[in-house]
Amino acid sequence: MPAVRIKDQWREQRLFDQRSLVCAAIMGLGVLGLIVRLFVLQVARHEYYSDLSQGNRVRNEPIPAARGLILDRNGEVIAGNQPAYQLEMVPEEVPDLEDTLARLVQLELVRSEDVGELERTVESSRSFDSVPIRLRMSDEDVARFAVRRFEFQGLDIKTRQTRWYPNGELAVHALGYVGAISEQDLKHIDRAAYAGTALIGKLGVESAFERELHGTNGYREVLVNALGRSVERQGAFVPNLRTRSPAAGDDLLLAIDLKVQRTAEAALAGHRGAVVALDPNNGDVLALVSLPGFDPTLFGRGITATEFGALQADIDRPLFNRALRGTYPPGSTVKPVIALAALTYHVVDPLAHRYCAGAFHLPHSAHVFREYHNEHHGSVDLDDAIARSCDVYFYGLADVLGVDRISAFMAPFGFGKAAGIDIGGEKPGILPSREWKAKMFSRPADQVWFPGETVNFGIGQGYLNVTPLQLAHYASIIATRGKIWKPRLVAAYRDPRTGQIHQVPPQSDGQVTGVAPEDWQRVVHGMIGVTTRGTAAAIGYRAPYTFGGKTGTAQVFTVGQNEKYNASKISERLRDHSWFIAFAPADEPRIALAVLQENGGAGASAAAPIARKVLDAYLLGADGKLKPPQLMKPPQLMEPRR
Amino acid sequence: MYEDLASGSRARRTFTGAAHLLFALQLDGPLVAGLALIAAFGLVVLYSASGQSVATVVRTALRLLLGTVALVLLARVNPNFLRRATPWLYVAGCVLLLIVAAIGHVGMGAQRWLNLGLFRFQPSELMKLAVPMTCAWYLHDRPLPPSWRSLAMLTVLILIPVGLVAIQPDLGTAALIAVAGMLVIVLAGLRVRVMVALVVLGALAAWFGWSFMHDYQKKRVLTFLDPQTDPLGAGYHIIQSQIAIGSGGVFGKGWMNGSQAQLEFLPERSTDFIFAVVGEEFGLLGLLLLLLLYLFVAGRALYLATQTQDTFARLLAGSLALTFFVYVIINAGMVTGLLPVVGVPLPLVSYGGSSVVTLLAGFGILMALYSRRKLIGS
Repeated sequence: MPAVRIKDQWREQRLFDQRSLVCAAIMGLGVLGLIVRLFVLQVARHEYYSDLSQGNRVRNEPIPAARGLILDRNGEVIAGNQPAYQLEMVPEEVPDLEDTLARLVQLELVRSEDVGELERTVESSRSFDSVPIRLRMSDEDVARFAVRRFEFQGLDIKTRQTRWYPNGELAVHALGYVGAISEQDLKHIDRAAYAGTALIGKLGVESAFERELHGTNGYREVLVNALGRSVERQGAFVPNLRTRSPAAGDDLLLAIDLKVQRTAEAALAGHRGAVVALDPNNGDVLALVSLPGFDPTLFGRGITATEFGALQADIDRPLFNRALRGTYPPGSTVKPVIALAALTYHVVDPLAHRYCAGAFHLPHSAHVFREYHNEHHGSVDLDDAIARSCDVYFYGLADVLGVDRISAFMAPFGFGKAAGIDIGGEKPGILPSREWKAKMFSRPADQVWFPGETVNFGIGQGYLNVTPLQLAHYASIIATRGKIWKPRLVAAYRDPRTGQIHQVPPQSDGQVTGVAPEDWQRVVHGMIGVTTRGTAAAIGYRAPYTFGGKTGTAQVFTVGQNEKYNASKISERLRDHSWFIAFAPADEPRIALAVLQENGGAGASAAAPIARKVLDAYLLGADGKLKPPQLMKPPQLMEPRR
Repeated sequence: MYEDLASGSRARRTFTGAAHLLFALQLDGPLVAGLALIAAFGLVVLYSASGQSVATVVRTALRLLLGTVALVLLARVNPNFLRRATPWLYVAGCVLLLIVAAIGHVGMGAQRWLNLGLFRFQPSELMKLAVPMTCAWYLHDRPLPPSWRSLAMLTVLILIPVGLVAIQPDLGTAALIAVAGMLVIVLAGLRVRVMVALVVLGALAAWFGWSFMHDYQKKRVLTFLDPQTDPLGAGYHIIQSQIAIGSGGVFGKGWMNGSQAQLEFLPERSTDFIFAVVGEEFGLLGLLLLLLLYLFVAGRALYLATQTQDTFARLLAGSLALTFFVYVIINAGMVTGLLPVVGVPLPLVSYGGSSVVTLLAGFGILMALYSRRKLIGS
């Protein structure tokens, strides 16, 4: 039988006191544990959490750096920066999105077909972030909005810097353009450095010198709350926020002379073609023309699909850089280098006369190699053959030289490889050889080099292919009797902060060796003959300087064995390409150039007159006389203009 | 005694006057002072934590006033009356909980509220007082330490309301009600070996209970174990509150200058996580001061409990004192990342709810039990 338990007040009180004491002790332990934890958080790891809280509340807003200017050799602005206007909306400040958009459609600021897309964009944005509604507004658009602005709560016109090309299409193929940063661009740029920048250089100088032009973006620290909204104060306190100003990109000083460039573009206007003019003494690109061109500003302010489609579909291919990437047979413009090869290999007596009856036959072959236009030059020596561009004479030289010697001799003149211009993007063209043919063709029957191909090689037809830049480069090598410079567009750059100018030294690419001075002289003399008594005598008429030149006519359409080439009978696009290379003054050259007019016909009639205008523009002073050498200025900067 | 009034300084007269008033109201001076200091500090912090909202501070002050009225009134009630009323209170509470389960108002994803027209009432708050009262009432006439039979009965008495609150679902409050009841049993002299056995059983139950938990409850536990697994989801609260406390350092960032709190990185900044605001703006020193005040209040309350003279009073007063401190430990532990996130407010400082009123009412009961100690003995 269990003992009956009776309440013992005294004992229960003692038990309670005991338990209370233990509980108090446990409480104390709990508080101790808390204090240890607080010590860890607030003392030991204080800095760590301080950094985290700082990172929470401060956001860096990038401030884009001003892109460097691009100037011509006389300091004229080719590419600058200008504010562009766009309409932006802060969703939370707009009382009725649908109504607002409808009224914008009425004002013709938004196209009705874009409304749905815009609504979706606005709804997916944070309510306090400004959303662009309409990009690239014209001055008229801005004015139209400005007078009704009070009706549009939450909308405002914002400006941003965009690229500005004051001369429009001028020199676009040398400059390139800036456009929206693409997926592909993102692969090779530092994203952090481009935060806040929407545009990046594409093609030409804008792309090749992107690093120099871009500059360093700055940033502004902005206080943000947990939602990412930027706020001015934090509770009762306005914190100290840092700002780093951006550093503008370097200004680039180009070797291009806009006067020469304008002259060349005007002379070629209305045709497809290219002009490249170089300073043979250092590789400076004085003009780089490829027509037709396009307005680079289109890309900077955001090109529409329609505009881009039109450019791409244009049969004249305005986006195609003919000067650097167009490859054409050089035609007779190769004759000087063939002559030099023959002289150097001693396979020709320059004074001996040969008879030209308008056709050439290889031994034991019935194939006829015709003279252009079936001319008969009669008895010609080397000098005459160059001046009057006698094909028969050069068929013979090429046959005697053979493909191996021609190919080897021409290589140092830049055929078959890029000239090395500082903006890149060149095609190397083709310098044919036995090895080249063996590699290029798959059928064994095609891999053999035929003697007839060597004959055509002698007048620049057949497989030989060059770009206008390569031919200008080649003209400049002949002009300086063998000195090779890499063509360069950028002559100097200026740090906009310090104003310090860094010259880009000319880049020598070696020299053509093994050619005797008297052989150079003979060939140069022949080229002077071209402009005085030869094929291009008409354009050399009353020039205040002597200059060497060479016409070229590149076949596009193969004339049948017994047919005559008749320009008026075949379509315009199948006509021959017209070439002219020149350098001047002949004894002390300051400019060497190549002119190509696609489907222009004979070199003398189309390309040569353009060349003369370009030479005059560069060499003559206001008085129409040759400028004395001391007046020819190196690229220089005028007063900084920003 | 009265000559002091004539000759003493104005301050002394005021002080003496206040002492008389407290005596007349049957209130304990030190306890009231401690509570008042915490509440005042709480209002100062709340003004900053609510984003300088005067309305919030006024509303809280009104609740404090309501709680104070409850405290003063309850302090004058005869403990014997309280004891006799206890079973009715318990039954009424359980009925209200059943009504809530049936027709209650759904708020914050849980069914906790009874809409009484003027204000919404949470019966679970009532149970925070009713359960320890019932346990103390049950043990009042029985010999201590409690027998197995009593323990079984007490378990049933506790589990009915706890279960009803847990299905609302409000796990935090359910746990607190259970704790208040269990503390009574512990103070009644539950044997140590039984406690050990219960802990083992509890662990088993926890394992079993895991399978019955709601997803969000499971998530809370998992997030507590490793907050970094879900930094923007459930772990966000804990990470941000640790950043707030840690970045406060020893001296804090200054009143109204805590970036975590002011820029709303800290969620629930004026309610469950207000402890972190104190840590951010007032630093380690501010938190130590606050903890010291809590320790003082709980300690004083426990001391008063030991001075009462019958079983009901002793057990109930002890439980109320300890429960108060358990709130503090759980809230502070949760905010500092020592315990899982459960919805337990920081007593007297967190904004909102009827918990302030319940809490002060509890202290009113405690003072009533203490002030009548001599009557019971005689």
